[in-house]
Amino acid sequence: MVVSTQVKEQPATAGQDTERRLNMIEAINEALDVMMARDPDVIVMGEDVGYFGGVFRCTAGLQEKHGKTRVFDTPISECGIIGVAVGMGAYGLRPVPEIQFADYIYPGLDQLISEAARLRYRSACDYIAPMTVRSPFGGGIFGGQTHSQSPEAIFTHVAGLKTVIPATPYDAKGLLISAIEDNDPVIFFEPKRIYNGPFSGYYDKPVEPWKKHRDSVVPEGYYKIPLGKARTVTEGEQITVLAYGTMVHVAEAVCAEKGVEADILDLRTMMPLDIEAIEASVKKTGKCMIVHEATRTSGFGAELSALVQERCFYHLEAPIERVTGFDTPYPHSLEWAYFPGPVRLGEAIDRLLSE
Amino acid sequence: MADRPEGQNKPRLALHVPEPKFRPGDKADFSHIDIGEPGKMPRPDEACEAKDTLPLCYDLIRVLGDDDKAHGPWNPKLDPDTLRTMLQHFSTVRAFDERMFRGQRQGKTSFYMKCTGEEATSISAAMALASDDMVFPSYRQQGVLIARGYPLLEMINQIYSNKGDKLKGRQLPIMYSSRDHSFFSISGNLATQTPQAVGWAMASAIKGDSRIAATWVGEGSTAEGDFHSACTFATVYNAPVILNVINNQWAISSFSGFAGAERTTFAARALGYGLAGLRVDGNDPLAVYAAEQWAANRARANAGPTLIEHFTYRAEGHSTSDDPSGYRSAQEREEWPLGDPVTRLKDHLIALGEWDEDRQAAMDKEAAEHVKATTKEAEKNGILGHGLHHPFRTMFQDVYEDLPWHLEEQAAQAKREREIKWPGEEPWS
Ligand SMILES: Cc1ncc(C[n+]2csc(CCOP(=O)(O)OP(=O)(O)O)c2C)c(N)n1
Repeated sequence: MVVSTQVKEQPATAGQDTERRLNMIEAINEALDVMMARDPDVIVMGEDVGYFGGVFRCTAGLQEKHGKTRVFDTPISECGIIGVAVGMGAYGLRPVPEIQFADYIYPGLDQLISEAARLRYRSACDYIAPMTVRSPFGGGIFGGQTHSQSPEAIFTHVAGLKTVIPATPYDAKGLLISAIEDNDPVIFFEPKRIYNGPFSGYYDKPVEPWKKHRDSVVPEGYYKIPLGKARTVTEGEQITVLAYGTMVHVAEAVCAEKGVEADILDLRTMMPLDIEAIEASVKKTGKCMIVHEATRTSGFGAELSALVQERCFYHLEAPIERVTGFDTPYPHSLEWAYFPGPVRLGEAIDRLLSE
Repeated sequence: MADRPEGQNKPRLALHVPEPKFRPGDKADFSHIDIGEPGKMPRPDEACEAKDTLPLCYDLIRVLGDDDKAHGPWNPKLDPDTLRTMLQHFSTVRAFDERMFRGQRQGKTSFYMKCTGEEATSISAAMALASDDMVFPSYRQQGVLIARGYPLLEMINQIYSNKGDKLKGRQLPIMYSSRDHSFFSISGNLATQTPQAVGWAMASAIKGDSRIAATWVGEGSTAEGDFHSACTFATVYNAPVILNVINNQWAISSFSGFAGAERTTFAARALGYGLAGLRVDGNDPLAVYAAEQWAANRARANAGPTLIEHFTYRAEGHSTSDDPSGYRSAQEREEWPLGDPVTRLKDHLIALGEWDEDRQAAMDKEAAEHVKATTKEAEKNGILGHGLHHPFRTMFQDVYEDLPWHLEEQAAQAKREREIKWPGEEPWS
């Protein structure tokens, strides 16, 4: 059984001033800092990441601390950033390139899909591309169509890539450290809506800062969260909710509000996927809801749904529910109509419970 | 938008679609190409400003003259032994290309690509680099591997995708990889290797190493975005890298005009980026050696990256799947004004009194026999489609460092399928 419950590892300690509490940006920054200090081959690069520390400040202070040849700005050329990282990986470095927004990863896609992902295979381990491509993703910040997309499904479709999405500061640090140490190319998507605080899905209510949240206690120094292990957010018998990134928090808030006892699984990594945790939970509850922000058709939810159907069919008491964004480009002014919020989740939960 | 009044005397706009000078049946005449005179081009200091290479971006650096002698400041002054070694590699590559081409026609492999006429651009260039400088080749640089002493047997195993293939039958024939020979894994996606070479060179500089990187790309492929990213990164970080552009005039059936050759040279593209640019007679082995050496010295001295255009001609078809008689004049090959690199080097050595036709004939014969014997040896490991491939289970290996559960399941499925297809046989073999 592989479900690791972060709540148990890191018990809630709200109120104790002695605990270090970080938001997600600080946690990511610490992971980079720790890894740069441990391993001289770790290199951070990307648009604006050097002197300024990145538009979201995730790399703030790193250049000053680790030097200009290990943390530097790049030309605005995603194809160049990823292509250069492939060459650096072949040399023996561990580049951690940042793509400023996931929406801008497309110019670098060929280098990721045809080059980084396949280098180990095609060269029979002559060369590897041990890079971690970090990129803020997802909507809910009025970013319009070009600052809001969730392209994770593109990457899970590519053999040779790993895809990781943290949902808490504690996970962000531990998962990023694992990703950087991993010898395969990893896509590390940071849900930018929850950089500064978990998000319930109620856009018109104030966001609680991370520092009040149980999962913002982040240990100092080095620790790892293994790739391929889901996290049980809450335990319950009524339904299973599979989620990742921002949607973990929306699902948790909606279930709490409705008084539903749900097994909420934060998948944390799409590839490798914790199929055992998924199977165990769905077999226990018999009802499965899959939640993501990305467009619906051919989204990662489709893959999850197929897997659950294949493995848990005789345990299912209701059709699998998929709660997703719509199949439109991400609209700017209507983003809250697009976003899978409490109403959409609530409807799906009601349908599941009524079966 | 302003309305366009009737009757205005504005010229009609017209789209220009490039067209090569000669098509099948045409008489080829290359007299419009100014090949300049051997020995005439200046050789600036290797640490010069990029802009000082301007004249070298438009005219051709040439060393070997019609008199078969070496001329001018670019003469690399190689000793006869080195020249004979170069000739030996030329001879081997020709023999290798010949036999592998035939092997494809005989159904021993699916595909092959010759580099006939372009041997100097890889062999002479590689000989000017240190053996541990990292190379990021495209698909027509078999000469680099041969110059670096990579075993022919391994090359043929790869081409036959047999059980001896170090790449486990995963790559298209000729897409070699050899870490031991600082030879990067070749990609089928054009130009992707160019930013990778720059990244490797940047890494070498970050680590304070002394090794430099070189990459090769066809002139047609310079139109890819990757190439422009490579040039930008190379210049921004002053990366110790050499970008070799092989202008062999043709990209399959599209002539170099479709990569912009009608408007400027490929070498001149360097200047806009702030790279040093050299345009060299790619069929002149001494000029190619000298240009590559100049660029290598420049990179090694942290003086900057260089883009070298090797002006040459693809004498054969694009690959075994191509028939050039369908799109270009059959005469082009003989009319090419810069001759053949192998003949030119041979004639130079003869002019030096260091070689003769008999020795050449013996060398060619020996190369052909060596390739033939090695081919026989490789065939013992199998040929494409004839069973002796790599063990079946390797198909699922190396996708990731560790085998994830879904690939384990798919491998089990594949094993079951084989047990049904070939009962009684070891399914993983
Ligand atoms: C990205 C990409 N587009 C198209 C192709 C198909 N293709 C293979 S070789 C080739 C022509 C390349 O010409 P050039 O770069 O001039 O090199 P040459 O073959 O002349 O050596 C094309 C279009 C490819 N392999 N990769």
